[in-house]
Amino acid sequence: MQRNNSRDAAHRRRWQRCSTAVAATTEMRGAAVVMQKTETLTKKEEHLLLPNAAIAIVPLPDATAPAHLPLLCRQPSAQPPHPAHSFGGGFRFYHLKELCHLLRSTNSFEAEAGRLMTGNESESELPVPPYPPIEPTAFDLIVIGTGLPESVISAAASASGKSVLHLDPNPFYGSHFSSLSIADLTHFLNSHSTPSSVCPDPLYSDVEISNYASRLLSQHPRNFNLDVSGPRVLFCADHAVDLMLKSGASHYLEFKSIDATFMLDADAKLCSVPDSRAAIFKDKSLGLMEKNQLMRFFKLVQGHLSLDESEENDVRISEEDLDSPFADFLTKMKLSHKIKSYSPFPPVTFFSIIYLWHLIACIVLYAIAMADYDQEVSEYVLKTRDGINRLALYNSSIGRLVLMFQNALGALIYPIYGQGELPQAFCRRAAVKGCLYVLRMPVISLLTDQNSGSYKGVRLASGQDILSHKLVLDPSFTVPGSLASSHQQLQESFQAFSLSDNKGKVARGICITRSSLKPDLSNFLVIFPPRSLFPEQVTSIRVLQLGGNLAVCPVGMFVLYFSALCDEVNQGKKLLHAALSALQKLLVTGTAGNSSTAQSEDMEEAKPTLLWSALYIQDLSLGQFGSIISTPTPDGNLNYNDLLDATEKLYWKLYPKEELFPETTSSPENSEDDAGLTLES
Amino acid sequence: MHGRPRKPLKPEDAAASAAKAEKLRVLQSQFLHNHHNHIYSKEAVELSTKLLETNPELYTAWNYRKLAVQHKLTENDSDPDSLKSILDEELRVVESALRQNFKSYGAWHHRKWILSKGHSSIDNELRLLDKFQKADSRNFHAWNYRRFVAASMNRSEEDELKYTEDMICNNFSNYSAWHNRSLLLSNLLKRKVEGFVSKEKVLPDEYEFVHQAIFTDPDDQSGWFYHLWLLDQTVRVDSPQLVSSWPTPGSDLILLGDRCLDGCASSPFTRFHLDSRTFPLVLYFNQAVEGVNSSTITVDSELNTNKDLVWKPLSSCNSKAAQVWVTQLNLPDGNTHSSKVFPVEVSLGHSQGIISSSGFHYSNPFCFAFRVSLQFVETQPVEALGKEIISWRDESFHNYNAHSQDSSPISSLYQLSIKNDNELTDFEWRAATIAKEIDHFRELLSLINCKIGKLTLARLLMAHDAMMCPPANKISHSEEVLELYNDLMRLDPTHVQYYKDQHSLVLLQQVTSNWESLLSRCFHYSNSPSNRGSPMCLQLKNLSLSRLGSFDKLLWVQMLDLSHNELRSIEGLEALQLLSCLNLSNNILGSFTALEPIRQLKSLRALNISYNEIGAHSIDTTKYLCSSPLSHSVGSEWNHGQTVIDDDIKSYWEAYFILKGLNLTQFDIVGNAIVNEKFKSFLIKVLPGLKWLDGEQLH
Repeated sequence: MQRNNSRDAAHRRRWQRCSTAVAATTEMRGAAVVMQKTETLTKKEEHLLLPNAAIAIVPLPDATAPAHLPLLCRQPSAQPPHPAHSFGGGFRFYHLKELCHLLRSTNSFEAEAGRLMTGNESESELPVPPYPPIEPTAFDLIVIGTGLPESVISAAASASGKSVLHLDPNPFYGSHFSSLSIADLTHFLNSHSTPSSVCPDPLYSDVEISNYASRLLSQHPRNFNLDVSGPRVLFCADHAVDLMLKSGASHYLEFKSIDATFMLDADAKLCSVPDSRAAIFKDKSLGLMEKNQLMRFFKLVQGHLSLDESEENDVRISEEDLDSPFADFLTKMKLSHKIKSYSPFPPVTFFSIIYLWHLIACIVLYAIAMADYDQEVSEYVLKTRDGINRLALYNSSIGRLVLMFQNALGALIYPIYGQGELPQAFCRRAAVKGCLYVLRMPVISLLTDQNSGSYKGVRLASGQDILSHKLVLDPSFTVPGSLASSHQQLQESFQAFSLSDNKGKVARGICITRSSLKPDLSNFLVIFPPRSLFPEQVTSIRVLQLGGNLAVCPVGMFVLYFSALCDEVNQGKKLLHAALSALQKLLVTGTAGNSSTAQSEDMEEAKPTLLWSALYIQDLSLGQFGSIISTPTPDGNLNYNDLLDATEKLYWKLYPKEELFPETTSSPENSEDDAGLTLES
Repeated sequence: MHGRPRKPLKPEDAAASAAKAEKLRVLQSQFLHNHHNHIYSKEAVELSTKLLETNPELYTAWNYRKLAVQHKLTENDSDPDSLKSILDEELRVVESALRQNFKSYGAWHHRKWILSKGHSSIDNELRLLDKFQKADSRNFHAWNYRRFVAASMNRSEEDELKYTEDMICNNFSNYSAWHNRSLLLSNLLKRKVEGFVSKEKVLPDEYEFVHQAIFTDPDDQSGWFYHLWLLDQTVRVDSPQLVSSWPTPGSDLILLGDRCLDGCASSPFTRFHLDSRTFPLVLYFNQAVEGVNSSTITVDSELNTNKDLVWKPLSSCNSKAAQVWVTQLNLPDGNTHSSKVFPVEVSLGHSQGIISSSGFHYSNPFCFAFRVSLQFVETQPVEALGKEIISWRDESFHNYNAHSQDSSPISSLYQLSIKNDNELTDFEWRAATIAKEIDHFRELLSLINCKIGKLTLARLLMAHDAMMCPPANKISHSEEVLELYNDLMRLDPTHVQYYKDQHSLVLLQQVTSNWESLLSRCFHYSNSPSNRGSPMCLQLKNLSLSRLGSFDKLLWVQMLDLSHNELRSIEGLEALQLLSCLNLSNNILGSFTALEPIRQLKSLRALNISYNEIGAHSIDTTKYLCSSPLSHSVGSEWNHGQTVIDDDIKSYWEAYFILKGLNLTQFDIVGNAIVNEKFKSFLIKVLPGLKWLDGEQLH
């Protein structure tokens, strides 16, 4: 184990000033090169680091800051990735243990790492660490909170040459977009749902956490990466993927396909959603004529999209149709009248109401266009134009990233280790471009200019004052009481922020189960369309099941996320409970298989399938721009499209002249050469 | 790889490619120098490597490498290690050449060549193939190579079948995969591997599978092609079968001698004018067969004094296989009693030997009998063919009065339904399958307007009709099929000729499908008011026929009017061995070669090819299908002819080739571009028996 001692010695003085450093372990040389990082890496350094290297932001031996969680030092999971398993960007994964080994000489780091690995701590018990002074003390931008919108903004600002300080009061990256262990998630939800003097209007409410197998789960304290904002997936052609590719954040991420989508049908069984040409071909439940109709509809949409708007053509859908409700358009396209080959549904149940609609129309509306609200009765009606755009996103997602991520075959992908990887990847991108990260650093007050009364800077929990031109805040951030003495104007802008957009909520649920809803699949999406669970169900409930191969839970267990939009808490709770019981029923029928019911019931009693569940209601708010930018909360969608659109707008308000991640020639999308054939040997 | 538009080169790219070409030329000239001087040094071989890795299309370089490998192998043939390393190096070069262009024939061939040396491991090949097939799943080079590899490593066909299924599920627009599937299934069915013993078990699943593709996206052609193969598998009866014969089983044949009696009571369909002392026996099979001879066919009769009958295949090419076979039966010499009846019994299939071109044996022993009687009378008949000019004008023909005649002889044509037991058990599922398919495609066509769907429906309906025998109970779909083809001609003008041909075949099937419709097209030929004993003419004129078919139902025809159609070819007409008068006027026959079938019609006396396009086309595309004086097969005939006729033959070789064996008494050729005085005088020389040329009596 060699360290670059000469460099170390030569720059000792500067090292002491630095709060972070980038450590690169180059496997080829068998040595760990610890490089300091002050602002930005030079091109040469970046080149040296990225290929085949693991990069971690680690505390330096002589810096006293203990709080910078290594970006790459993931918590050891039940399923350590194979050492030869390379990431999309071509760098290798190291276990915390391996990295510790590589950096053995760093005593304080080891102590820190060791403490992390015991996994017994939770934030509340952490002693307040001694805070190191941050240098410099003035920045172009301070970002508080490391959620996805904040991380994208800080990465974009760093990439365009701004000096950025990125702070997070939590000891982990991601804020409301993070992936956490059971204990951390419990703590996070509880602490963000209790009103306190610090946070009078918490983001979460009605948190119900039930543990049915505490002994079993306590055997895997660190093997869960539970998304706070689940269920979330990425569409291969969506905005988040574009941003990752443009920013280079995709280097640090690996994805797997979501294998399938199902929808609850009239018999309370899961029917598959034929979402592509190949899926229609393979589908076993649709009749031949229905296949033909559905495919013709997809082609109609494709034909419409492939034509220029100016062109007058029969193939294009008329303006009149585009402005009509999507559901009506489907009826017009004969997708929603009943087809004789379809078996009639029991007339008494409420299923029959929904299935007056043709199944195909339901599939298109709720499982492909992902409409949130009942398209027959609610006022939130999807326009044909929007419906078609959603189909277009879905369609262009299929197979888009096959060349980049070998596992991404379908339309939907999920990052291994959870959605929390996304903000981390953007943070890493920001760090490479010179952003300074300090975790576990609460801000206790905002500083204002005494003359103008405008924002000037922040006072950290360490007592240090840091100045910046601009400030971005995560939506849960509330001004501590001590700021009451500060300037009125600022106070007002905060008021406006914390009270805004109180119109909607999203009900979220997480289950940990011992068995899959579908015996042969582990990662898939399930849609409970409106009125499929109970007659007053107005919104669609979306369920995402993930298995151990995505490193979000131990192998043999499954995590199920579900969410639905709601107007108020009771409605949300009703949705969550209905979804939970529907899932439990599906779990029973799914696992029973061919064995008799009595037997399976016995088994259920002996070994509960449901191990753990959490239900909570989250407030929705959009981002706000005042003299201080506030970012949006996680929304009720499956993907991050709307969220990132809002983020992009905020960024343009922040820096009107800057492009969000200007296209560079070395972006991975450009290197995807379609002329030559690349074969791995 | 597919569906990407080609973009024009940018100027800088064009410059780069020019520079690359210059470099290549240098390399190439160096390489050719090495090749010509048989230099196989390390440097020389490396040069060829470099060349091939840039341009894998250079066949010469691959051949050079083969020579170099041979050269090296002879040097090191004792050492297995160096041998292996030589071949491994070749495999590496091929692989990198394929990365450059994975559709290089030369590279794939070179790889096969190396592997055929047998020193390299084949296990790696499937892995390599997986990569190529992932990169382009429709690359037929890779699929070809895959078949080679799978065969060499004895990979089970079931595994390969599963592989095609996976590939199709990924993207069903992959005809290579469908095609491989059809090959594998054919093999598995042929070998009767477990699970693939009967088509009845296997094909329904395949139909189900291909329906998913066709119905999901009817615009994609891969599924349709596979469906066509399935349809063929369903309809096809492997073993050859006898479809019809002349004389028909159970018929009473009356041969009219030189002096024919006017006033016999028999049907004109069974009367036959006799010129020589022989009459033909024709067997019509459902497919081309070989091995029809006196040992496989027994003809038992008094007539058959000459024990060894000579069976002749009736085919336009000089092949040993034919769908129609003919032999000549001799009549006894001398004056036999006029009332004498000769029973003839024909049996086939009792010994093996009749074999189809795909290797299936005729396995259905069958026996039929007919009787022949001779009638000689003193008085000269009013019209004897060849004695008087035949007029094709309408007033020469009179409606045939069916009810006054015995209709049984011709209807016996349709009683030749020869079924074997195998076919009977298969029949039910075949018929059910076709009926189910018809329902499916009717439903599809009710939703969308789809050309290939209509074509498939038309084919299915015809297959259904063909299967549903006996004809009496047949619910004929021919009207619907004709309508479908009319539709298709309108919808798809690029393939109008094909649809027209199909339309013609269906129309002929419709005409010949039953006795009544056939009879309505039969007319007595007679110049005199009395029509007794006069020949019967089948009129198929003005039907827009572009192709001929249904010959199995027409073996009895002696006089045929095909005028005013759109015939370019008369393929298959050679089966009508009794034909003595043929009217092909007002068609679009483009050359004499198109008339090749009439070479086999030895009874032909009157031929009318007036108002066609013979000689109008400077380029005759069928010319090269026909034997020429330069081809070896007719060398002897040529030499024979040379002594008789002068060098007009050179200018009218095709006419000579077609006409010279015929004994025509009447020939009409007016209205063709080829006709001039020189040609006419040539015809008179070639056809010495000719009495009337274009209606003018010759001296």
